[in-house]
Amino acid sequence: MLVVAGLVLREAARRRLVLAVVILTALAVVLTGWGFSRIPYLSARPLPVEQVRLIASQLVILVAFMFSFVLALSAVFVAAPAISGEVESGIALSLLARPISRTSYLIGKWLGLAALLFVYTAASTALELVVVRSVVDYEPPRPLEAFAFLYTEGLVLLTLALALSTRMSGMVGGVVALVLFGMAWMGGIVGGIGQAFDNATVTHVGTVTKLVLPTDGLWRGAVHALEPAAVLTGVRGAGPAAAANPFFASAPPPFPFLVWSALWIAAVLVLALWSFRHREI
Amino acid sequence: MLSPDAAIETVDLAKRYGRITALVGLSMRVERGSIFGFLGPNGAGKTTAVKLLLGLARPTAGDALVLGAPVSDDRAHREARRRVGYLPELFRYQGWLSAREVLAAHCALMGIDRAARGHEIDQALATVGLARRADDRVQTFSKGMQQRLGLGVALLGRPELVVLDEPTSALDPVGRHDVREIVRGLRARGTTVFLNSHLLSEVEQVCDRVAVVDQGRVIAIGALRELLRADTVRIRATGLTDGARASLAREGFSLDGDGERFVARDVDEERVPALVEALARAGARVHAVEPQHETLEERFLALLAPAAEGGAQRATAEKKEQH
Ligand SMILES: Nc1ncnc2c1ncn2[C@@H]1O[C@H](COP(=O)(O)OP(=O)(O)OP(=O)(O)O)[C@@H](O)[C@H]1O
Ligand SMILES: [Mg+2]
Repeated sequence: MLVVAGLVLREAARRRLVLAVVILTALAVVLTGWGFSRIPYLSARPLPVEQVRLIASQLVILVAFMFSFVLALSAVFVAAPAISGEVESGIALSLLARPISRTSYLIGKWLGLAALLFVYTAASTALELVVVRSVVDYEPPRPLEAFAFLYTEGLVLLTLALALSTRMSGMVGGVVALVLFGMAWMGGIVGGIGQAFDNATVTHVGTVTKLVLPTDGLWRGAVHALEPAAVLTGVRGAGPAAAANPFFASAPPPFPFLVWSALWIAAVLVLALWSFRHREI
Repeated sequence: MLSPDAAIETVDLAKRYGRITALVGLSMRVERGSIFGFLGPNGAGKTTAVKLLLGLARPTAGDALVLGAPVSDDRAHREARRRVGYLPELFRYQGWLSAREVLAAHCALMGIDRAARGHEIDQALATVGLARRADDRVQTFSKGMQQRLGLGVALLGRPELVVLDEPTSALDPVGRHDVREIVRGLRARGTTVFLNSHLLSEVEQVCDRVAVVDQGRVIAIGALRELLRADTVRIRATGLTDGARASLAREGFSLDGDGERFVARDVDEERVPALVEALARAGARVHAVEPQHETLEERFLALLAPAAEGGAQRATAEKKEQH
């Protein structure tokens, strides 16, 4: 199991995946850092500190959204061919003829990919937040919580793509996972609109998509962890219509939803194991 | 019915892929320590049989024992695979690793002692002739070098059973010679080798027993020498009259040919001395007697001929139906 996980990490390093991601992330951080540094000079007169922080808080959420999007895409692109690629090329033939079970092969893959995702999420969020703090002296209220939500969101997609990879080629599995991701995001907005207009049916549609693929619910969790109290009270005052805004969350995800997300990951992993055990190589 | 002391035993092993039947009912036994050749034309089901034996695919019916472990028992079969080496027909290894690292990964998967790994790997590399390229990335290897690496992977950890699926498909003549030497070396050590191939001369040179499969079933199986009957004898003799030939025929030796060169058919090896005596009694002066071995290729083609004809007939029949 750990041998397979180790191979995943080594592949990422050797194939320069890590290098490419590090360069691009550094570039993104530098760019956004420059953006933050321009906030105080947006108007003719320098803005007061309070206002700078308010704008920064909203910008951080936007940047976090970009990161979550990149995270989702990378998780899918790396996991979707993880198994199908080895089966198609024939690498899996000699590996699975060894005394390892299908279970430990798959869990090994999952552990390796999850570790990769963890390092990337942790490094990029930490770097971005450090840059923001040094440039505009703003720190979101609960950065660790936001990181945990972002990471879990990535992990959900990674697990889904890996499960699809037991049966589908990398390209097909990747497309399916991304379409589902997009639909979950839309579902979140639809649910928000339902809440805003107090329409039960529409709200239910949103809830159901949130449960089918918990990515959007987890994203809202990250947003909530990044919202300063002032913004929260401000937007709440604007009425229920704000619920439809995908960059806003009026409340943290309820605890049962967190449990559901954990169960979801475990269940999809079990499904993937079952599917892979019956896969003919 | 299955006995655990054979290296491989299968009973009515069958495999269907949807509408395609890859194996109909394979029953065979491979004794420990033997070199077993598994022959057959393209699409006969050879690779399918190997995949079933290694647990890479599941049989539709029947069962097989590999080193005493049934393929239907996941745990026991996995344990048994510790002692099995395998070179797939489609040999591909992690291109981003060096040859040494690929071998090391396989050592780790096999649970070979850390301390013993270095030596195992060096030995495998030397055996397959890759020692000089050991630290190069596999993606820079030629096809034949990759197959050599695969062979090295199959030899790791002194397995009791080595399964080679077309081990020389990408190799040059030197490589093929090397493979024969490796297989002979394995036999000397008591390792069982299951060799899938359609290179008949190769099989002929190394195998003790062979099975010929066609359309998913065994059509012949046995020791190579039994399978290849030596039943034709070439004779060079003078002074053989027509009368003498007639009396030889009454003894059961009918000779074709004229002048000095004759061919006696249906004479197996044990009866060659009797034939020589009979010739001498008939007054012939015998210059040379050569029992002829049928080649594996001749035998193979003869075995497959009825099937091929049947296939052709079937095809024409189908065509007629369509009209
Ligand atoms: N994954 C699969 N899906 C569908 N059919 C398959 C699959 N694998 C093999 N077959 C079919 O099973 C039959 C036997 O194939 P197999 O690969 O075992 O032949 P083979 O004897 O190894 O041939 P070759 O000498 O060409 O390697 C063929 O008719 C093939 O089309
Ligand atoms: Mg084959």
